[in-house]
Amino acid sequence: MSGDTLVLDLVLAGLLVFLAWRLLTLSDLFKATVLFIVFGVLLSLAWVRLNAPDVALAEAAIGAGVTGALVLDALRRLDARGPADEAQPLRLNLPRLVGALLVMGLGAFLLWSVLSLPPGWRGLSSETAAAMPRSGVVNPVTASLLNFRGYDTLLEIAVLMLAVLGVWTLNAEPMPPAEPAGPILDVLVKALLPPMVVVAGYLLWAGGHAPGGAFQGAAVLAAGGILLHLARPFNVANRGVVRLVIGFGFAVFLLVGLTLATLGGRFLELPERHAGILILMIETAAMISIALTFVVLFVGNARDNAGRDTS
Amino acid sequence: MGPSEWLSMVMVSVGVFFFIAGSVGLIRLPDVLTRLHALTKADNVGLGFIVLGLSLQAGSLLELMKLLLLWPLALLASSCACYLVAEATLLQSRRGPGARRHVR
Amino acid sequence: MTEFMFLMAAAVLGSVALGLWRVVRGPTRADAMMAAQLVGSGGVAVLLLLSHAMGRAHLVDVALVVVLLAAMVSVAFVRRLGPVRGDDGTE
Repeated sequence: MSGDTLVLDLVLAGLLVFLAWRLLTLSDLFKATVLFIVFGVLLSLAWVRLNAPDVALAEAAIGAGVTGALVLDALRRLDARGPADEAQPLRLNLPRLVGALLVMGLGAFLLWSVLSLPPGWRGLSSETAAAMPRSGVVNPVTASLLNFRGYDTLLEIAVLMLAVLGVWTLNAEPMPPAEPAGPILDVLVKALLPPMVVVAGYLLWAGGHAPGGAFQGAAVLAAGGILLHLARPFNVANRGVVRLVIGFGFAVFLLVGLTLATLGGRFLELPERHAGILILMIETAAMISIALTFVVLFVGNARDNAGRDTS
Repeated sequence: MGPSEWLSMVMVSVGVFFFIAGSVGLIRLPDVLTRLHALTKADNVGLGFIVLGLSLQAGSLLELMKLLLLWPLALLASSCACYLVAEATLLQSRRGPGARRHVR
Repeated sequence: MTEFMFLMAAAVLGSVALGLWRVVRGPTRADAMMAAQLVGSGGVAVLLLLSHAMGRAHLVDVALVVVLLAAMVSVAFVRRLGPVRGDDGTE
């Protein structure tokens, strides 16, 4: 840390610690939510200072933006239900005990695997750098996510699909109708939707050589969907088309992997010559699916005739 | 340093001044509507000056275009958001205090 | 010039911290709703200044994303936690 950046880094670090402390200790959930969103934006600045612009982008788009909207929505639902379940503390029964033990076991395993790394191990950055020419892209983060560690990303997309299933299973009450959108909100939606779509596409394309990629693009696209939903509530029912689009990204990714395996390669081992175009293909499909996933997570219920503007 | 660097630094300083003014307004002004006005106007003028100052130093046409796209978007978004918050405040006060239950 | 940009970024961040005082203090919900705009414009300004100071043109993309997402979150605040029909004591 040199002299020029010292002031900035100190202010940033101090603010982050202060916000983390306040948002965990505040008893007012509304203010805690506000501080959570502020924390997300400042955390993204911290990632920038740590030279991780890809993480900064993801934190700003998903951590602060989409998650922020989800938490706000949850708060509204809690608010409508009145004072929540503080009166009935969770009892420890057998399923909960088993669940807790499983989670603690996983935590212990992760801790053990980090501690068992050889001392002085410098990570895989030199291996990544050496393999970059064969990855089909220039951005090492995208190369790792879509090529070297394709498995992880494939399973991440699967986890998001499971999250949608969970939301649909719970089938939350539809949101009570909001005030009709005034002319100003209409103007805002009309003016912001096109740039959101353009920026999402740009981030997807930029992912090959700069910070960006499917998840970040999807978050911006989903922000457009959420904005539209906030102005004019619509419902994303659990229907064939919706399921198809949500599964699309996972299906394309899996199909590419299986095709490569049957053609003589190994599962998800992208051939050097076509790696670039395959990555773009997988990411485009993934972006569309992830964006719809985020919107469904926000809208929340699976019923066909809920909300006012279902048509 | 050439004149364009000096001009950039002046513009950015003016921008930062507006940001600080906005925050002082946010702290000192007496009610929600005046505070909204301080925040939205001052911060966006500040952002505008910073964008202008930095666009003098832009390395490429693409970067310049992104910078010049960013400010109008920020202006539009925050003036609309300001209107919405103000409208909500007015609706709330018309319905009287306690009309809305507080979240814990 | 680089040092100057870092200092200016620190100053903007400081002004955001000042503004947060009002957000935490209240007294009304609208004060807290302004937080999204405060970190929206302030965060964008810091990102742009850092983009220049750190010599990373791509940080402008992050700033663009923050502008768009902050707008969405501001609307979410008002539409989800602002006054709603049926709240006029008839709950």
